[in-house]
Amino acid sequence: MSDIEQFVSGLLSTSHDAPDQLLQHLCCIQNHYSHIPEEAIQLLSGHLGMPRVEIISIIYFYAFLEMRARGDFDIRFSDNITDRMLGSLSLLDSMCAKLGVKLGEPRPDGRVCVDMTSCAGICDQGPSLLVNGIAVSRLNEDRIHKMVGLIEAGIPIENWPKKFFAIKDNIQRRDKLLDNVITRGSAIEAFAVKGGEALLESIEKSGLRGRGGAGFKTASKWRFCRDASGKAHYVVCNADEGEPGTFKDRILLNSYANVVFEGMTICAGIIGAKQGFVYLRGEYLYLRPALEKLLQERREARLLGKNILGRKGFDFDIDIHMGAGAYICGEESALIESLEGKRGIPRNRPPYPVTRGYKNQPTVVNNVETFVAAARIAVFGSDWFRHAGTEQSSGTKLLSISGDCQRPGIYEYPYGVSIRQILEDCGAEDTQAVQVSGAAGFTIPPQEFYRTIAFEDVPTGGSFMIFNQQRDLLEMVKNFNGFFCHESCGFCTPCRIGGTLMKDLLNKVIVGHATAYDLNEMKMIGDLMKKTAHCGLGVTAPNPVLDTMDKFPGIYSRRLLNRSYEPAFDLDAALERSRHITGRDDEAAHIRYER
Amino acid sequence: MSTEKTFRLDGKTIPFEDGDTVMDAALRAGEYIPHLCHNPDYEPHGSCRICVVDVNGKHQCSCTLPASEGMDVDNSSEAIVDKRRTLLQMLFVEGNHTCPACEKSGACQLQAVAYSNGMLSPHFTHFFPRRSIDASHPDIVFYFNRCILCGLCVRVSHDVDKKSVFSISGRGRSARIVFNSPSGKAVDTELSATDKAVSVCPTGAILPKHLGYEIPVGQRLYDCQPISVVGDTAKYHSTKKHFMRDDSDE
Repeated sequence: MSDIEQFVSGLLSTSHDAPDQLLQHLCCIQNHYSHIPEEAIQLLSGHLGMPRVEIISIIYFYAFLEMRARGDFDIRFSDNITDRMLGSLSLLDSMCAKLGVKLGEPRPDGRVCVDMTSCAGICDQGPSLLVNGIAVSRLNEDRIHKMVGLIEAGIPIENWPKKFFAIKDNIQRRDKLLDNVITRGSAIEAFAVKGGEALLESIEKSGLRGRGGAGFKTASKWRFCRDASGKAHYVVCNADEGEPGTFKDRILLNSYANVVFEGMTICAGIIGAKQGFVYLRGEYLYLRPALEKLLQERREARLLGKNILGRKGFDFDIDIHMGAGAYICGEESALIESLEGKRGIPRNRPPYPVTRGYKNQPTVVNNVETFVAAARIAVFGSDWFRHAGTEQSSGTKLLSISGDCQRPGIYEYPYGVSIRQILEDCGAEDTQAVQVSGAAGFTIPPQEFYRTIAFEDVPTGGSFMIFNQQRDLLEMVKNFNGFFCHESCGFCTPCRIGGTLMKDLLNKVIVGHATAYDLNEMKMIGDLMKKTAHCGLGVTAPNPVLDTMDKFPGIYSRRLLNRSYEPAFDLDAALERSRHITGRDDEAAHIRYER
Repeated sequence: MSTEKTFRLDGKTIPFEDGDTVMDAALRAGEYIPHLCHNPDYEPHGSCRICVVDVNGKHQCSCTLPASEGMDVDNSSEAIVDKRRTLLQMLFVEGNHTCPACEKSGACQLQAVAYSNGMLSPHFTHFFPRRSIDASHPDIVFYFNRCILCGLCVRVSHDVDKKSVFSISGRGRSARIVFNSPSGKAVDTELSATDKAVSVCPTGAILPKHLGYEIPVGQRLYDCQPISVVGDTAKYHSTKKHFMRDDSDE
């Protein structure tokens, strides 16, 4: 039996050999072999009764799965704009030079590959990278130098200095949610005492709305799901925290996981679910062992499993499913597809997951923070919760603050707090703009700093990135646009093609080659994407361009050529090869553009 | 007493039944809504977005939108046609569509929908992707330059032919059709020339071998009448006039 055969049959024997486990198997194989060997694909295909091509198409969909071996050390630099602002690109260059590798190309000796990845959720302690899937924070030249030494010496990451992997919670401001500790099991007991309907009414009265950003009323979602008929009901915790600049779930899963599980369990009690899932983004792999341990402790304490707290028929358990580098899987129907082991392509809606979700059965999908809030409401009641926030946005919100400020980190605020107040608290000065709610969100200029964080004003999933006056905002726009192009699933025309067209036009602006005509084109493409894309990713992807064009027109106009039209074809750039061949670089070998 | 349920499409009253999409009801009533990834014989997909309509101020895809009582659907205002035209232009620049040199010209849904929506130029900068041709199969040739990723071949092969021949691999701009064979070639799959999947392509990406210009250009389906009158390939096949080899043709 070959090594691969042994490994794969080990995987298949420890878990169910259903096709919905495929992505989980692939993640394990990737972690072990730094790629998915052909032999493993054949074995999985045979055992799961799935065509080989289906497995290949899944591998090519998820950024963390590879067909070609990455090497002993698979390194991916987090490439959010906040990482770049902290100097990630020069550190990346430095590491590539020291190791003698090209970006994205495995070194021929099979030792190492250096690449980039979307925001790894460590913006407050960046720049960061993943090595063999595990996050390293606070990169600097010294740390890069040491890592290169360890890599060249072939020291496994288990033996690397622990401080490389230290990631602090970094909570800077606490309020209701982070302050009021509940004892383990108390929310479930509250459910047992009050009963499902009373608890649902309490959550309804609290006004709790989904914390992922969309703000759907949690009680309504749970009620719809409970009342939908199906063979089984499911609870899913969306821990695919992929929105650039968001890292609050990292803290909740690190230090408040018991409350998350508690929230999921009361939801299960209310809707009648026996099975729950935490869909954990691949970047948070390092959190998994502790989460598994907690789940086991909860089973032993009869807070999970059969007859929870001795109540006959109250059966519920939670499995952790890993993501593999796909932002789109944060969209609830794509997440469900991914849970089923497939490519994360968003479904057509309706039907919504509350009626037809996981395995086409009624499913609640909620954000990590929503489950924490629900568990707190179960214990402390709706008035306690309503007391904070505004009429339409009750309670508090966790913000992940990063970028140009003295104290980045996690800030919990009652809804209704002004952006100005937040900037003051985190020590931001000379602020040019704030990007609220991530790449898909809103660019807020200083004249709008009076606005507030609330569903009715500036809604957010929690990302809050600050840019001071020295920053070139177009760099931010370019970074976000590149992010959306990379993360588009490719299903619908406007997102797949519009995103790339936008990228090309943005580059034309950046190199000083665009005209007012091109800006109109970008507006037109952005408008089309907003109106016709299949899912939220495509609808929000043009936001950074459209928002900055509207609120910061200067960053575009000062780069424009003063003419009505300029072809996409760059004559001067096209001459570069000829200049190289003839060894000329004089004035006559260039075509200069008049500004 | 039950009355017939209806909605309005460009001011006309369209009856519908429970479970109908706007597209289903419109096509049944003889109203044409442009579409590419949708084929009324099969399950809707909603990827090409060409069938976008305006319903009470909101843009929706009619092939996946459940019809409901009292909807006011705009299928033909300049604003909607403009959106469709732009989407079509995007599809044209994403691949390499050289209509004059394509066997499917005149019988091509993509080309016909583009004409009927007044698309006169590709407008955007061409991507000029490097895509392959797979001519390995004895009866069928694949020109991936012309693929618009509608997924019809994938869906029909899987759902109707009950085979696993194709899949869509990759994501974003690198999404592409792949074959289920270790060699990655069409010839090593279980695909056969009589498969339904071979005949559903709305472009010239899947063509029969050994046949060329059986119907002269100029006399083909969409050469004679616009697609808005003739309808899509589903109807075309049912009239048994399609230009692909089909021994059951008269």
